[in-house]
Amino acid sequence: MSSTFETVASIISTTCDIPLEEITPESNSMEDLGIDSLDFLDIAFAIDKAFGIKLPLASWSEELQAGNANVEDYFLLKNLCARIDDLAAAAQKS
Amino acid sequence: MRLEYFQMIDGVEMLNAQQARITARAHVPAQSPVFEGHFPGHALVPGVLLIETMAQASGYLIIALNEFASMPFLASVKEAKMRSFVTPDSELIVSAEMLHEGSGYAVTKAHIHHDGKKICDAQLTLRTMAFPSQDLEGHMRAQAEKIGLMKASRGHG
Repeated sequence: MSSTFETVASIISTTCDIPLEEITPESNSMEDLGIDSLDFLDIAFAIDKAFGIKLPLASWSEELQAGNANVEDYFLLKNLCARIDDLAAAAQKS
Repeated sequence: MRLEYFQMIDGVEMLNAQQARITARAHVPAQSPVFEGHFPGHALVPGVLLIETMAQASGYLIIALNEFASMPFLASVKEAKMRSFVTPDSELIVSAEMLHEGSGYAVTKAHIHHDGKKICDAQLTLRTMAFPSQDLEGHMRAQAEKIGLMKASRGHG
């Protein structure tokens, strides 16, 4: 069974045609990998399906715009994976 | 259809909220300035307008399901296939189903039939966000009422 990071890295590599070896837990999906918001919709769709969750992109966007969060909080891959794990765990409980 | 005004959907035939599906009708006008250029002597509905028609059906589906909480905007089109020509004075059946309702976006599969034959289909992604103006929300509500979306919502919500 692959880890959350391995699954997310594979999704990003496939969706955005980025070599897998360039994707690390310390990668910022936007600043380091050059993924824009439109590409991230495709990534979110694949992540939602793979983990049975709904990434709260709308609320993340609101928090970023309000200055209540940093881009790294959501889009640094190790942080993104931690949030996916939390959402997946919550989905399994409900 | 009022091609020049991008009003593609004439009426909602069916809305099933549980299955997240919508079916609508769209009549291609016999005459339109669009056909003067596309093409002279061989009038065809442009493929981009067929995609727009599928996007609008998807949009009305999203609006019906979220009860006007947000406005959908077309973001991406995948696997679009134009399977045959669509000529003036054609009666089209437009369908869309929700593949995934995410946060801030939705993914639909849409297709158009003519005379029982599928003529085009695509997977569409639409961003959903707060209505950027009250005028737009008012227009969308009025248009939804006009095409029977509200009535269909009340009947099948």
